[in-house]
Amino acid sequence: MVAAPRKRVRAASLSAWIALVPMVATALGAYVLTILWTARVSVSSSRIFPSGDFVGLGQYERLFRNARWLLSLENLAIYGLLFIAACMVLGFLLAVFIDQKVAGEGVLRTVFLYPYAMSFVATGLVWQWILNPELGIQQVARHLGFGDFTFDWIVQQDKVLFTIVIATVWQASGLVMALLLSGLRGIDEELWKAARIDGIPKWRVYLSIVLPMLWPSLSTAFILLFVLVVKLFDAVVAMTQGGPGTASEVPAKFIMDYLFGRANIGLASAASMVLLLTVLAIVAPLYYARHKAMQRGVK
Amino acid sequence: MSHPSARPVPQPPPPATPRPADSRFAAALAGPRRKQAYFTPARIGIYLFLVTAAMFFLVPLYVMLVTSVKPMAEIRLGNIFAPPMAPTLAPWHNAWQAACTGLECEGIRGGFWNSVKITVPSVALSIALGAVNGYALSFWRPRGANALFAVLMIGAFIPGQVMLYPLVRALAAVELYSSLPGIVLVHIVFGMPMMTLLFRNYYASLPQELFKAARIDGGGFWRIFFELMLPMSTPVIVVAMIMQVTNIWNDFLLGLVFAGSDNLPMTVQLNNIINTTTGERLYNVNMAATILTSLVPLALYFFSGRWFVRGIANGAVKG
Repeated sequence: MVAAPRKRVRAASLSAWIALVPMVATALGAYVLTILWTARVSVSSSRIFPSGDFVGLGQYERLFRNARWLLSLENLAIYGLLFIAACMVLGFLLAVFIDQKVAGEGVLRTVFLYPYAMSFVATGLVWQWILNPELGIQQVARHLGFGDFTFDWIVQQDKVLFTIVIATVWQASGLVMALLLSGLRGIDEELWKAARIDGIPKWRVYLSIVLPMLWPSLSTAFILLFVLVVKLFDAVVAMTQGGPGTASEVPAKFIMDYLFGRANIGLASAASMVLLLTVLAIVAPLYYARHKAMQRGVK
Repeated sequence: MSHPSARPVPQPPPPATPRPADSRFAAALAGPRRKQAYFTPARIGIYLFLVTAAMFFLVPLYVMLVTSVKPMAEIRLGNIFAPPMAPTLAPWHNAWQAACTGLECEGIRGGFWNSVKITVPSVALSIALGAVNGYALSFWRPRGANALFAVLMIGAFIPGQVMLYPLVRALAAVELYSSLPGIVLVHIVFGMPMMTLLFRNYYASLPQELFKAARIDGGGFWRIFFELMLPMSTPVIVVAMIMQVTNIWNDFLLGLVFAGSDNLPMTVQLNNIINTTTGERLYNVNMAATILTSLVPLALYFFSGRWFVRGIANGAVKG
């Protein structure tokens, strides 16, 4: 064998670069350029068409004076906290209970995870239908003799957000279960034996030892759920269309409305940038910490 | 926790390979200690919790199925949980070929074929590109490519809205906006981070010696890829396929913005059916349409459940 001459090495890495052209184009063109473009437009006075002038942070000032935007941010914060907390707790409980060597594990896993295969549009529509006060659960309970049973959150301005939480938790908590279950399966049997010998109650082992050990799976689940929160759009459109009134507005829907409905791309771009910065501020440290933890774990 | 033996906290092996449930079962059933554990109050509690949870998860599916075979007269009675008294497939028929998706009233079948036309090339191309990217990144490691990969990974977290409008303008400039190739291209762009990550991790788990031997034998970039790596990639391709089919089939936002009125995917048409109906809402037709829209990913999931779980754990945990 002849040691690869320089020329051959260079030719090879050239074909590697040629093969990577789509990736380079996507990374630079679709991700970097679009962000720069959006950043640029967010400091212009663009309305229907992008204009090249510079108005400083004017769009951002208008944005944060816009009651609908403030409401949608507030909604996102409340929704995000509830959704992530509920998915985590439910997913963790499901994973722990499934991990007790129960019969029919495969069936249960299927049941808990199938909603994840459905689109947010379908999910939203089904839940809209179940929660509909005239036809859904409320009506069924009244037929059963509970004459004044009331469960009409979906038409109540101060409760509608909770119905979106219910529907999306139904859709996504199986994912958390799957992730945590595979994390639990990675924990050594020895740990359980040792805990049994020490007479530590099972729930304590789960809370004090297993939960911290699941950190990589938990942070993955958190990141995935967080991304779902920021992108929340389909489910709202399908379930409430942002209503009643503007009670269930979310930033993604606000941006879509101003981009395509109200033709105010300057304002919409400013809103996109705010959303982007929020995401990076929350995800970046977590992603970094997780990356470090996994490097330590694997090697 | 005072006991020293509680300390050796082992690092979990790659979570993608859970212990086979079957052997655990066999062991559990064989061991005498396990046997006495059944039928304690704790076990009953466990099953009670799991069954209750399973009901919460199954209720919407049940309601969907039951409603989709009821005539409207039964639905008006107002008990969504009641089993159908006179089951009919008319709502399914209606949803498939007569329901109004906006101005047209030809049912959801058009959207079904649009979704197929969007999903097939998008899935195939994004997997092909992901495989080439992963292969180049993990074996050839061209200098500087990892920095670009990092950019791509950050891209996976960017809210789509940031990229939406500039992409609309860019596609309009090359006359691909509102066209089938346009929406396929957009799906490839949005799917690339996950696909590249998936294949990169898979190829990183293969022995480097294999690649070195192929290099010594004079294999070039493409030859090693097609004759060595691709034939070994079946497991990850299956996982990638499940992930991408589910993602792309269920997409709403991108289809809504980029597909154009001739290519609207099923999810967008479904939303139109339900939200533009004037007069009485045909809940049975709506539910049949919802099931029809979910059928492809659900079928995929039920027939390949194990792969689906593995795909989710695989694609998400690593990295």
